[in-house]
Amino acid sequence: MSTVFIAFQANEDTRPIIEAIMADNPHAEVEDQPAMVKVSAPDKLTINKATVEEVIGREFDLQEMHINLITLSGHVDEDDEYFTLSWNS
Amino acid sequence: MQIDLKTVNIEPKRKAFDHLVSRFGDKAASRYQEGSYDIQATENLHYRPTWAPEQELYDPNISRIVMADWHAFKDPRQYYYNTYVLARARQQEAAEAAFTLVETRALHQTIEAELGQTILDLLVPLRHAAWSANQNNVLISGYGFGTPFTQPCLYQGMDCLAVAQYLSRIGMLLGGTEALSVGKQQWMDGEAWQPLRRLAEDTLVVRDPFELFVAQNIVIDGLLYPAVFDTVIDGRFALNGAAPISMLAQFITDWSAEARKWADSVVRVAASESAANAAVIAEWFSEWSGRAMAALLPPIERAIGSDADAVLGQTLDDLKARLAKAGVTL
Amino acid sequence: MDMPVKKPKLGIKERYAFLTRDLGWEPTYQPKDKIYPYTRYEGIKIHDWDKWEDPFRLTMDAYWKYQAEKERKFYAIIDAHAQNNGHLNITDARYLTALKLFLQAISPGEYAAHKGFARIGREFEGVGTQVACQMQSLDEIRHAQTQIHAISNYNKYYNGFHAFAQQRDRIWYTSVPRSFFDDAMSGGPFEFITAIGFAFEYVLTNLLFVPFMSGAAYNGDMATVTFGFSAQSDEARHMTLGLECIKFMLEQDPDNLPIVQKWLDKWFWRGLRILTLVGAMMDYMLPKRVMSWKEAWQIYGVENGGALFRDLARYGVRVPKGWDIANESADHVSHQLMLGLYQWSFGTSFHAWIPSDEDMDWLSAKYPDTFDRYYRPRWDHIRKLAEAGTPYQNVGLAQLCNVCQLPAVFTEPGDPTRHSHRQTEHEGEIYHFCSDGCRDIFLDEPEKYVQSWLPMPQLFNAPNFGDVGKWMEWVGLVPGQDNGDYQGSQDQADFEAWKHQASAT
Repeated sequence: MSTVFIAFQANEDTRPIIEAIMADNPHAEVEDQPAMVKVSAPDKLTINKATVEEVIGREFDLQEMHINLITLSGHVDEDDEYFTLSWNS
Repeated sequence: MQIDLKTVNIEPKRKAFDHLVSRFGDKAASRYQEGSYDIQATENLHYRPTWAPEQELYDPNISRIVMADWHAFKDPRQYYYNTYVLARARQQEAAEAAFTLVETRALHQTIEAELGQTILDLLVPLRHAAWSANQNNVLISGYGFGTPFTQPCLYQGMDCLAVAQYLSRIGMLLGGTEALSVGKQQWMDGEAWQPLRRLAEDTLVVRDPFELFVAQNIVIDGLLYPAVFDTVIDGRFALNGAAPISMLAQFITDWSAEARKWADSVVRVAASESAANAAVIAEWFSEWSGRAMAALLPPIERAIGSDADAVLGQTLDDLKARLAKAGVTL
Repeated sequence: MDMPVKKPKLGIKERYAFLTRDLGWEPTYQPKDKIYPYTRYEGIKIHDWDKWEDPFRLTMDAYWKYQAEKERKFYAIIDAHAQNNGHLNITDARYLTALKLFLQAISPGEYAAHKGFARIGREFEGVGTQVACQMQSLDEIRHAQTQIHAISNYNKYYNGFHAFAQQRDRIWYTSVPRSFFDDAMSGGPFEFITAIGFAFEYVLTNLLFVPFMSGAAYNGDMATVTFGFSAQSDEARHMTLGLECIKFMLEQDPDNLPIVQKWLDKWFWRGLRILTLVGAMMDYMLPKRVMSWKEAWQIYGVENGGALFRDLARYGVRVPKGWDIANESADHVSHQLMLGLYQWSFGTSFHAWIPSDEDMDWLSAKYPDTFDRYYRPRWDHIRKLAEAGTPYQNVGLAQLCNVCQLPAVFTEPGDPTRHSHRQTEHEGEIYHFCSDGCRDIFLDEPEKYVQSWLPMPQLFNAPNFGDVGKWMEWVGLVPGQDNGDYQGSQDQADFEAWKHQASAT
């Protein structure tokens, strides 16, 4: 088992993204640090566009994440509808 | 009511970094200056490149152009990363609005079929020419010397990638992904395109960064964009029922006009440095312009017929006039 | 006119392929290896560039859009910081030692990376790979410039920053990162991407950025925190590029594995050594500390690295040689280097100082196995000398390692009382190293490392000929102003006076 994580700047733009991640990834854990929010999960973590859109109430392009992304760990799989981090361990 | 702003007035000890004071005097420096002057290593380098052991890691001698100071190439636009992306982001927004407008209202479908096909035949293969321009400008930025010279070349290279992507999107809008396949096939095998493809491949083996600058940014792009976009697309086709294409190509037309001004200033600085530099630039111009003219003629002729000669001739005259103003006698 | 046909919307991967890899073509008028002359000599075999998986699929217009958004936010903050005398919010001006080191030693590396990525953005043969490298080149010049801009305001008020351009190419400790980047750039495109894209930007990146940026946050430096967060979002793209390149090389041909493994071993070691500067910064240069180097190494090195190498094991990759030594050395290196920087502070364009009792108690707590036993006694001795009016200053020159260019202050694994100095003879000359790790790097490519520019021997050559005063002028160091102990410095006096002025109503 290996941990994947993604960290964002802590601001109004990322709050709904974090909410969406927590809704879709039951094994994920949130860690609040100064000005930063880090979400970790065992082996795999998925961000779904549809879930984020539900939370924010507008169309969302997953690439908007780039503005507030800080760092990540794991192999990236980017698609129109989802963004996944994973390790094969 | 009086408002007292409670902020402390502290006298700064110095106005700018030493190297900027040396260059520009004891005053505040601009962000362009801070981001562009003396930030490239020049001495006491550690190892020679294993990929070219006769060179240094940062080596002005790989060019025939000789400068006392390569920092003389101040970009008239003063683009550093921030001002560059902000400018392009504004342009991108306008371009996106144009694509959305044309697509949602199906304005491209108002173009008469034959003209639409002519436009596809002319524009789509040019996405590959734009890709080779990216390659060349990225080479210049990697191997050229001095940030004021190399920095704008990276921006230019990325702009060329954007142009290639916009041309691809125009192709996809008008003719789907099939139009891209057809265009690529034309680029690879179509008779009209071989001189230009050969020219592009010949530029891809040039390693003198300044020669490549002249060949690509002055000669090829100095003929291609004015002829195809200003004269043919905007000047002719737009007025004959293809106005939506002008809208979609707006980024390309505006960008190339801006880039030409910068390219001219680079030539002016190099040419005014020495008669030897001016002569070398003139020599390069002769070599590459003959080929570029011959390469651009067939595709433009296919698009507009026998007028192509006159159009290119006028474009070449304009280009030569620019070079004369920049101090290069041909 | 035909009815418009609703074309199926292209997925992001397919669309991106049309907008990138489809732009390239197989040349026929010029031989491919003349257009791409550097992709074979390293021995890496690539059979199909089309198998490359684009990590992030940013088209150029999307790049401009998102980067402009980040830029607007960034400059708004640093402008406000400058306008409001934000520099007065730092804990105290000792913190600036970390920033001076950053501007002189790290920012030039960003610029070198910009050049390196531009080169491989042309030399690699796959369009997708090239575009990703080109965007990284763009990002790296962004980092170099935003760092200079963020730190520019400090230069107006404090010493030690003003000659960073001169110091980059001439002073002794900047030779550490400079030789690192020159080494990577003098390698071929595949070594460069392994060294910088993978080893530095993936395996080790968090060990550079999190300490500096957290250090900035804890010590009230809003400008640098803002830079850090803004730059880090670019780093996520860099990390995925680095990881993708490793996977790509390993998947293309099994013969690539030994070459890649050798590079991982070398660049892990060189990266570890360069990070000693960060270790010293975290443990000694921050008035308010975030965590110890040892802790940072545990989280970002061991745990992160562990997950990564477990994943890569399926390709036959093993953990880098030197990993275990790195773990052990985390207990020692920051102290070893800082003791050196303190005694040679006559020749640094930043201040050093003796840790206070409070500082030393923190260090004891964080390094329970090593600090009190090996390093506190030395600091105590140094403090006694300072109090006696005979401060410990060593104008003698440090033996620098020929490869990593750090002073050879490191010790044998298992015995912190013995230096791990090594030497070897090559073509009649003797070369000195700080460790087996560095010596092995030399032995693998002696023809490269014999070219090293060593800053301390340089002191004895033209134009300085051993004259320390001339040397200081040559490196842009103003004695009594930029160097020496923080206690009694202009920076200390100025900061305290300005703080006092600002808090008086």
